[in-house]
Amino acid sequence: MSGGVDLFDLAQKEREEQAVYRRTVLCCGSTACLSGGAQATQDAIRDVVAEKGLEQDVRLVATGCMGLCSRGPLVKVRSRGEDDVLYADVDADAGRRIAEQHLAAGQPVEERTLSLEHPFFARQVRVVLENMGEIDPNRIEDYIAHGGYRALRDAVSTMTPAGVIDVVQRSGLRGRGGGGYPAGSKWKLLNEAKSDQKTVIANGDEGDPGAYMDRTVMEDDPHRVLEGMAIAAYATGAIKGYIYVRAEYPVAVRRLEQAIRQAKRHKLLGKNLFGTDFSFDVEIRIGAGAFVCGEETALMASIMGQRGTPVLRPPYPTERGLWGHPSMINNVETLANVPTIMRRGADWFANIGTETSRGTKVFALAGKLENTGLIEVPMGITLREIIEEIGGGVAGAKAFKAAQTGGPSGGCIPLKHIDTPMDYDSLLALGSIMGSGGLIVMDEDVAMPDVARFFMRFCMDESCGKCLPCRAGTYEMYELLDALVTGRGTAATLVRLETLCEVVRTNSLCGLGQTAPNPVLSTLHYFRPEYEALLVPDGAHLAGLPGAHVAAAAESASAFADGSERSA
Amino acid sequence: MAGVNLKIDGVEIEAPVGENLMQAATRAGVRVPGLCQLDGLSVVGACRLCMVEIAGTPRPRPACATPVGESMDVHTDTPRLREHRRVLLEMLFAEGQHICAACVASGACELQNLAAELGVDHVNFTPPPTRLEMDLSHPRFGYDPSRCVLCTRCVRACAEVEGAFTWGVAGRGRETHLVADLGVPWGEAESCTSCGKCVSACPVGALFEKGTSVGERRVTRALVSTLTARRDRESHREVLK
Amino acid sequence: MSALRAAAGAASGTAGAAGGPPPADDPRVALLTTQLKKVRYRADALIDVLHAVQDIYGYLSPEVLTTVADALQLPPSRVLGVATFYHLFSFEARGDHTCTVCTGTACFVKGADALMAGVTEAYGVAQGATREDGSLSLLEARCIGSCGLAPVALIDGAVVAKATPDALIAAIRTAMEASESAEDAVREAAAGEGGAA
Repeated sequence: MSGGVDLFDLAQKEREEQAVYRRTVLCCGSTACLSGGAQATQDAIRDVVAEKGLEQDVRLVATGCMGLCSRGPLVKVRSRGEDDVLYADVDADAGRRIAEQHLAAGQPVEERTLSLEHPFFARQVRVVLENMGEIDPNRIEDYIAHGGYRALRDAVSTMTPAGVIDVVQRSGLRGRGGGGYPAGSKWKLLNEAKSDQKTVIANGDEGDPGAYMDRTVMEDDPHRVLEGMAIAAYATGAIKGYIYVRAEYPVAVRRLEQAIRQAKRHKLLGKNLFGTDFSFDVEIRIGAGAFVCGEETALMASIMGQRGTPVLRPPYPTERGLWGHPSMINNVETLANVPTIMRRGADWFANIGTETSRGTKVFALAGKLENTGLIEVPMGITLREIIEEIGGGVAGAKAFKAAQTGGPSGGCIPLKHIDTPMDYDSLLALGSIMGSGGLIVMDEDVAMPDVARFFMRFCMDESCGKCLPCRAGTYEMYELLDALVTGRGTAATLVRLETLCEVVRTNSLCGLGQTAPNPVLSTLHYFRPEYEALLVPDGAHLAGLPGAHVAAAAESASAFADGSERSA
Repeated sequence: MAGVNLKIDGVEIEAPVGENLMQAATRAGVRVPGLCQLDGLSVVGACRLCMVEIAGTPRPRPACATPVGESMDVHTDTPRLREHRRVLLEMLFAEGQHICAACVASGACELQNLAAELGVDHVNFTPPPTRLEMDLSHPRFGYDPSRCVLCTRCVRACAEVEGAFTWGVAGRGRETHLVADLGVPWGEAESCTSCGKCVSACPVGALFEKGTSVGERRVTRALVSTLTARRDRESHREVLK
Repeated sequence: MSALRAAAGAASGTAGAAGGPPPADDPRVALLTTQLKKVRYRADALIDVLHAVQDIYGYLSPEVLTTVADALQLPPSRVLGVATFYHLFSFEARGDHTCTVCTGTACFVKGADALMAGVTEAYGVAQGATREDGSLSLLEARCIGSCGLAPVALIDGAVVAKATPDALIAAIRTAMEASESAEDAVREAAAGEGGAA
């Protein structure tokens, strides 16, 4: 074939090299496991392998996230002709024992093993995370050996851009950043824009506190993001790509930089790819700590080196984006789905999930659960299945109270809706959103007004300050919530809070402000008695409240509330 | 130029393509409240006081930044809009310290006019307890941050009309504030040409001419609009020559 | 980047010891120039350049921001506007040690407040501030993405997982003692060499 690389050759060579070893030890080298001491574990195993002279026999790989972060460091031993054995909580001592008993003597260390039939693993369906825990994120050869870049090659050398867009549209893939806009439709818009300076942007500004799906994909399977971007560029006619990464993710930045260098060396990025006219380059842009930069127009401003303040839409980025040229912003997880969709087909992907929410969703499962970590599940799985089966139930024999999805833009799902299927529309109907994938489980000890105050403080700190409703409104809402939580709130405070939720939701310029009231509205909707229990009688304690005006506030606010529409 | 027909508060009006709802409303004799918009400067749509309802769209849109469209049915003064504007204005008052009785702009203040227009006669939010220090370092002008409403008209006038870029916006969220150059006192800002366009553009008494006392601010806000309109017209004529 | 910072730190140490302004051959200037060349003095690389300044100098000073504005041909007001918009940029020198408590949602649910309060009480340093003796800064992070190990804190960049207030305070003490004994060792070594200076 033309273009200078034969992927099949490279993949075959890599597979042959790997097949020489009798055993492969896959050590989770993701950020969470490294925080838990995974480096010491790897060193211990390597030492024993060296001591026992097993270098020809055992291949040691630092892989990406295996998912069950709460039981890390995780280690998987794969032996020729045997089933994989997974070990959890592998500290350096345990690593040494595994090396001595299992690697050297073929005797698994039974008491440390975790069954791969464990529902945490068995209930997952892996599309985006298919290479996690399987490949070495530092080596492009490993990605290619696992089928990587084949989708790009086939798209570029055998398909038309319209054909690629058709596959993405038929797959039903929707944006994974939160909004759920159909990816294929967005691609089509950029494809139809007339310009020779189009750009594709991967949004890796994962700001939702408690979420790390995109970070994991960028760190542990960086080539998947690049391949997804390149396919998107081919389909839309873009010549340049940017990946916008949070500065808080230095490992992701390093791995992506390395991946770009490797891809260029193998002519998988750059000029005239696969011997065609198609050329595409990718650059990384690093944020500097601003949640609002997850918003499309703010993100573009930041890429251009400016304050990350959103601008009015329309015009949409596909009409006027970076430096005035048509641009398209896709979330990292959205793009990471693309290579697999192209390889396995639109129908295969569309068969996973529900009618309106196709495919899978990656969640960062956190909070008060037995098992926490990174999971990928088919859309439509119920919250109960996630919590009770995958999550192993609420930790410490406590009762489940609520789960928060969508972070500061989302809402909570209470016990009575625990059987709700997790898809875009069902979550919206409950007053929450799919969001980017943060899923925090709260038990009976957590007070919902506290949670609302927590998220409002976040929004207040992260408001860019450009538009008045968000800048002043998040502050005033925080003050009211603080008054309530600290026993200074009256019935009028609550009325005022609801008024402000409506004003800020309706009038804010961008998504941050428009959704900032969601955690308040949602907790008020499901847990109103908790708020009411905090109220003190009018006039009893008004410190910090607009004392003299409380009655007037209540009057005007309730007058307003009667005549206005309510949010769903 | 092609035109469209639309309805603003029941008034049928024809408008050229490219005009925004604020301009169309003005020609239809309908006043839409606003603060951050000033003819001749770029549109930011940030104060959200000019939000209007358009039949068939889920949420209100800023009139200053929404182009006219064929058969649009626009409502600028519904009970919901009026109430939201009142709340927004109250919050704006509570962000700073606005004491009309001690302000140069009293009587020539857009914030004061809006309050009167929308019937905001008391504020249900607590303003900050202390006034920020005034910057009186410039020989001709003064800046009172406690009166600033962050409309950024001065920033745009400085950048887009004078081309000096002295004024900038710094900080974020509630900490957002104006800065001159690298946050120096105005009088020490090397880039300032002392042209005074920022003072003309200021809707309130945040930027003022020294030596004017309560209620003495001159209304020269049309200056920036006049300058840009003249520049556009004359540069066009130059091209024709 | 940490190597850059170490080099810069060593340089500033010397400058500081001399008690005067930084010498003209301050190696930090060369480091910044290298970075500016790398981005080809493009104005849209401002955020990258500010990251570099913070890595090299530890914080953003008005002098260096002026240099950056001139080099990228940007109005000073725009440089300051961008620098103050992003939370990771600091305008003051940080303490010798930093304790960063993650306040992401998972950590919030699992007691990040108690960690913050514990350190504040034990070391008399407010959230976001640096102790008067410059030994410790207490910072907050927006979610470092180690939610499976919540609550987490970072001491000088090293993760303390599933932290308790006591464990965190102990870890800070260890970090401080380690640097003290390292300083002692340096001093002893210097004394051993005769300490002619």
